[in-house]
Amino acid sequence: MSTGIEAGALPAAAPASAPRRGGLRFAGLRRLALACVVPALLLALWQVTTAGRPYSLIPPPADVWAELQDLAFGGINDDAFSGTLWTHLAASLSRVYGGFALAAAAALPLGLLIGRVPLIRALLDPVLQVLRPVPVTAWLPLAMILFGLGPRSAFFLVFLGAFYPILVNTVFGVRSVEPRLFEAAAMLGCTGPAQFVRVVLPAALPSIFTGLRLGLGFAWVVIVVGEMTGVQTGLGAIIMEARQLSRTEIVICGMAVIGVAGFVSDWLVMQLGRRLLAWSPTHG
Amino acid sequence: MADPTIPILDMRAVSKTYVAGGRRTEALREANLTVSRGEFVCLLGASGCGKSTLLRVAAGFEAPTSGEALMWGKPIAGPGPSRGMVFQDYGLFPWLTVRDNIGFGPKARGRPAAEVRDTAERYIALVGLQSFAEAYPHQLSGGMKQRVAIARVLANEAEVVLMDEPFGALDAMTRERLQDELLDLWSRTGLTILFVTHAIEEAIFLADRIVMMSPGPGRIETIHPVELVRRRDVSSPAFNDLRRMLAAQLHSHHAPRAAA
Repeated sequence: MSTGIEAGALPAAAPASAPRRGGLRFAGLRRLALACVVPALLLALWQVTTAGRPYSLIPPPADVWAELQDLAFGGINDDAFSGTLWTHLAASLSRVYGGFALAAAAALPLGLLIGRVPLIRALLDPVLQVLRPVPVTAWLPLAMILFGLGPRSAFFLVFLGAFYPILVNTVFGVRSVEPRLFEAAAMLGCTGPAQFVRVVLPAALPSIFTGLRLGLGFAWVVIVVGEMTGVQTGLGAIIMEARQLSRTEIVICGMAVIGVAGFVSDWLVMQLGRRLLAWSPTHG
Repeated sequence: MADPTIPILDMRAVSKTYVAGGRRTEALREANLTVSRGEFVCLLGASGCGKSTLLRVAAGFEAPTSGEALMWGKPIAGPGPSRGMVFQDYGLFPWLTVRDNIGFGPKARGRPAAEVRDTAERYIALVGLQSFAEAYPHQLSGGMKQRVAIARVLANEAEVVLMDEPFGALDAMTRERLQDELLDLWSRTGLTILFVTHAIEEAIFLADRIVMMSPGPGRIETIHPVELVRRRDVSSPAFNDLRRMLAAQLHSHHAPRAAA
């Protein structure tokens, strides 16, 4: 039955990509090279403006690189910071992912309900809309009163930072599910709450994923604020402590590590999304 | 199976009025239609004649404002697997493969996994999509998507298949081929089909009976049995006579609006 003109639709894509393989590798190299241009220029600028000036407030790249090695493995300065990087990184990672996981666990079901159940939307949406513009940093004093000085406040702020992007995108995803799909599910015998799992969740998944990515990004932004006061460990804590001691090279190391950690965690989420959203013509 | 003397579908004085923004629109007025088991009935008419509304009432997506919609003599309370719907825009689940789209109904109704898989496999073969079982809807052509939509409804043991201009978005060649395939399926399975179209030729080619509907408000005007022997020759004189007669009737619906 599926011969002739129409059957060509899928196989047609395969031969087109085969001869491009060599070109694809070249394109990858080219993209990598282009991505390195601006960082290389910035590094050069940094080097030129700071190297060989003993009174520069910003240390040259070589000093920062040496400090980074000392932070990670010790053996260069042998001070209070030597070899502590992994402790701080682990502390921040656990708060970022812990807060993020908690935010996802709360925002996903809430978003599904707000998007799908009018009563819950009428009940919660106004409150959440008013609370949403309040910056996470503005919660810091209140968080310290509620959760005390320390890691629990940081955890709470990360939670808050990740919560809204996930919630807003989940609600958006749920509300933009094509009504036709609910009709299709209903006439096939899938009605009521079963539609949440079989229709709403998968249909909203692309949007939910955007929310998770944004949420995780915010979690990394907020972690530094969260660890600024009363916390002993964490990348935010080490940055604040180094600042008070005027160890700017450590501040820059902390910034670099946060950048790399945030980049890697975003990359991981994207890989997961690529697997789960292989069906979507705009993802995958 | 129910009493064979009872019609599978029975629309009794079905009216439907929509109220939106304080404005009442009478989409359908007192439609009476009975469909016997195994019949192929086409609802034919210009836009606004209520043919889709009647189909959606039969599906259970809309409740009649007045009148009764019955299946095997019992009121239709909502959409359900016994009345499968095939939409013009397919309504396939984009996140499921062809296999999982076809298995959706049996799975949703809690059938064991092995049975779901066997059923899906059988209906994939029935519509000839074996080599596309793992493809996602966005990778399929329109004709293939509509085959999946039909297979999905059949795999769910639908007794009545309701089709809302299912081939309206397809190119002419694909449409003709799917019409043939549909008639073939229908003659092999003993399905009951209620098929909405605005194409006269399609209605004559497919239907046992053509229900001619007219707009303003939507209502059933006349019901024409089609006695021609299948497979029908679209260029035969008898086919043409019927086409001319229905075209004249259909165009008379447009005349008042054109004058206004």
